[in-house]
Amino acid sequence: MKLYQKTAAELSRLLQNKEITAVEVLNSFMERVDEVDPQLKVFITCTFDSALETAAAVDHRRMENEKLHPLAGVPVAIKDNFCTEGIKTTCASKILESYIPPYDAAVVEKIKSIGMPILGKTNMDEFAMGSSTENSAFFVTRNPWDLECVPGGSSGGSAAAVAAGMVPFALGSDTGGSIRQPAALCGITGLRPTYGRVSRYGLIAFASSLDQIGPLALNALDCSLLLEAIAGYDQRDSTSLHREVPQYSAAVDRELEGVKIGLIKENISANFDPEIKDAVLKMAALFEENGASVTEVSLPHTDYGLSAYYLIAPSEAASNLGRYDGVRYGFSANGDNIFSLFSRTRGQGFGTEVKRRIMIGTYALSAGYYDAYYLQAMKVRTLIRRDYEKAFQNFDIIVGATTPTPAFKLGEKADDPLQMYLSDVCNITDALAGVPSLSIPTGLHSKGLPMGMQLTAAPLNEGLLFQAAAVLEKCNDSSPVGRPSILPVEGSCRNGI
Amino acid sequence: MSDDFIREVEHVARLARLLLNSKEKELMADQLGAILDTARKVREIDTAGIEPTAHVFSIPAFLREDAISPSLPVEKVLQNAPKKMKSYFLVPSITAIEEE
Repeated sequence: MKLYQKTAAELSRLLQNKEITAVEVLNSFMERVDEVDPQLKVFITCTFDSALETAAAVDHRRMENEKLHPLAGVPVAIKDNFCTEGIKTTCASKILESYIPPYDAAVVEKIKSIGMPILGKTNMDEFAMGSSTENSAFFVTRNPWDLECVPGGSSGGSAAAVAAGMVPFALGSDTGGSIRQPAALCGITGLRPTYGRVSRYGLIAFASSLDQIGPLALNALDCSLLLEAIAGYDQRDSTSLHREVPQYSAAVDRELEGVKIGLIKENISANFDPEIKDAVLKMAALFEENGASVTEVSLPHTDYGLSAYYLIAPSEAASNLGRYDGVRYGFSANGDNIFSLFSRTRGQGFGTEVKRRIMIGTYALSAGYYDAYYLQAMKVRTLIRRDYEKAFQNFDIIVGATTPTPAFKLGEKADDPLQMYLSDVCNITDALAGVPSLSIPTGLHSKGLPMGMQLTAAPLNEGLLFQAAAVLEKCNDSSPVGRPSILPVEGSCRNGI
Repeated sequence: MSDDFIREVEHVARLARLLLNSKEKELMADQLGAILDTARKVREIDTAGIEPTAHVFSIPAFLREDAISPSLPVEKVLQNAPKKMKSYFLVPSITAIEEE
């Protein structure tokens, strides 16, 4: 087995036992990137040189018997909407094409202080708006299971990178499904943590009441390790929760005896792909075999989630994206006066989906429509939140399919925004409620594509999700989907765009 | 495409200070109607007496100590500025009449 085929936890153990070096690990992943990235197109920017410096420094410190973090020397990839000091951060947008942040995001600081080499910045939908990574201003990323299919989005680059073994785990962001949906479509594990669990300082804002940072990895243990590394209070993010970070990785050894699991009625009775629903039921049966109870639970306002989300998120985006005005940073168009500078900069700098969302949000917030749209959506959000509070009075974990279908073809939904929005339909209500939600693979569809199930718990109960996911992994001989086989071709991504 | 829709799109784009070309205006007029029809579903629910959710948790904000801490140096803040002069961002006239 090559090093790039190992999980982060295995690499961590081998590194700590001094059986391998961080430079060896990194070389294996860099070779893998060179082999498969020309086909998959994951990285907007590769940062191999600085990654090598980090790895060499870790090896040196380990030789000196310095006490290091268990993840020191384990490489990671980062979605290109996290600010990285001195490294181009584009948000996959023309408007930030040459933006070089003067500071690191809070999670990037943590990753660096641990000594985790950063392999590069991954492709995404522009400003994280999309479900297929086709909205990137630069190029389209492909699904490692089928190069004609999308990897999902908006964290499609991070998901494809992990699935293809280019990196053991990666960071993404999830506003309305952008970690869980691509994780499901790429056959990996991805967590949207509790709102406020991870500091968003330095994450380029999309919809501030929804944005959250989380890990994408091969299994629950790796997800828990990366969450432990990035979670915690940060005074620079006013929504950051002032709560202890538990040892999440300890949860994967716990049994499921007595755990109450709810099968979400509205999800499982929806008109989704039958194979996906069958796979969820199969996993539910495994929960029962392991001592958990499984009964149905209803979230009665589920049907209103999509409409509330597509008012709230664009409204917040319209406000957040007002900062791209061509004055302080980013692309700037020529304008004779301040108004033409603003409107031309945005007109030339933003792509179609971003413009569409700015238009929806501006409309929903404009005079005469605010009460009927934005305020009403925020009230519906309260009702959705209450559905969850009620469900968690009787259940520890609630589950359903992560996506209605497996990965769709490139271009299939590109011209139909509503169809594209619907691919996040299972992910949106969790985001509106602010609760933690984990997508795990359930098996391969007859089309040869992975399918996913989503496990959701009450706020700050991420450990329970890892616990349940790990039990299923043990029943499924580590993963019900395994790894995609990608044939290497010659080439290199080292120059990025 | 009706002129009314196009005028509505132009109005909203102007509020957003977002310049759209004529093709984009037509696309938006075409698509925004369908998206807003879907969004209108929120109006089917009676929300009388329901408080809006702006923040999902009613945990009081944790206040940090009001202490001075270092900020980014001016040259770093200006490093990405499209136009600058001395330690300032440079912008075109801000008193002109809005035209587009």
